[in-house]
Amino acid sequence: MYDKSNVLIGLAIFLVLALSVVGYNMTAGDNQPPKPEKPKGYTACVKKTDYMQSSHMVLLNEWRDEVIREGKREMVETADGSLKVEKSLQNGCMKCHTSKVKFCDTCHEYASVKPYCWDCHLAPVEPAAGKEAI
Amino acid sequence: MDNTRRKFLKLAGLTAAAGVAAPVLGSKALASSAPAAHGEPAAHGGGHHEEAPTGVRHGLVIDTGKFHDNPGLAEKCQKVCHDYHNVPKFNNGKDEIKWIWTEKFANVFPEHSHYKKDDRISSMNILALCNHCDSPPCVRACPTKATFKNKEGAVMMDFHRCIGCRFCMAACPYGARSFNWRSPRGSEDGKPFIEKYNPLFPSRMRGVVEKCSLCAWRTKQGKEPLCVEEANKGVEGAMVFGDLNDPNSDVSMTLRKRFTIQRKPSLGTKPSIFYII
Repeated sequence: MYDKSNVLIGLAIFLVLALSVVGYNMTAGDNQPPKPEKPKGYTACVKKTDYMQSSHMVLLNEWRDEVIREGKREMVETADGSLKVEKSLQNGCMKCHTSKVKFCDTCHEYASVKPYCWDCHLAPVEPAAGKEAI
Repeated sequence: MDNTRRKFLKLAGLTAAAGVAAPVLGSKALASSAPAAHGEPAAHGGGHHEEAPTGVRHGLVIDTGKFHDNPGLAEKCQKVCHDYHNVPKFNNGKDEIKWIWTEKFANVFPEHSHYKKDDRISSMNILALCNHCDSPPCVRACPTKATFKNKEGAVMMDFHRCIGCRFCMAACPYGARSFNWRSPRGSEDGKPFIEKYNPLFPSRMRGVVEKCSLCAWRTKQGKEPLCVEEANKGVEGAMVFGDLNDPNSDVSMTLRKRFTIQRKPSLGTKPSIFYII
């Protein structure tokens, strides 16, 4: 190989630069997974927690189709049967999860997803911030 | 050599025979299954009669005389509806969003508009809204099935699916659909387009068509649409709501007793809104 030492030095610099990003994320900064604030005084959601974590958007779409298209507007029970909930983002989910900022946004910002729910649906008014989060 | 030519001619002959025979045999096979396929439409009598009503079909009777005698009642109905459904006010006729509105007789019933109308008719402001047609042209025009007819006969909008092509607006002969040219969440000169948000109902976004949904969320709970409730609070019987397919419902009884007209019935859209003039 020609210019063996130059190539190896270049490679080493490249590796350091490329891995520094990973290293920075592993050591510095707040890299804890988000902990969305759960509503107080409620024991269960409409589905199990791991289903809600992974597939709440699927459930919301199912609810939307059932309610608007099929007219199935009956209430849903929570997983432990303690509460009946309306199949609605605005009038169901957000009745318990009263803060979009403390619940929805924590994970969505961490995962850098920007759902368009709130382009139309009205988020509950955030009490602490004092301004309407719409 | 001779042998192969003979084979070739035989094969060609057979192929030709099969080609000639296939359509004849095929049509025979089709003919045997034909009566089953054609039997059904024949039973309907060529489509000249009205189809037998099936299921629920919600409809309205609007007594325009009662609205005429109570000025302001129609505006109250509009306010209740628009306030609940977060309908924006753009302060500009071109951008106007309306679910329910008032219009002059000549504009609501152009085919009934004639020379020398009486003063009452010409001064009337008539309440207009989506007709929730039994054969809605908007539903046929919609390329995404964002608008559709629900089981109760109401023409619904799924705002999630609307791509804003406005085909439905071109198809609707009643001007019952409005397009959000601007964002309803915005404001002009510091005045928001939606002054007070109703937290129970979503707003819309820019590029979406909206219209009356005959309060599908209320009728499902056995309540009357908001405008009907408000109208009847003012004057009993100003609007009658019910199932047009149920012969004993209030609407059906009213329709049997009173002479009513529909908007542009000649178009064949079969509107579910009837007017007592």
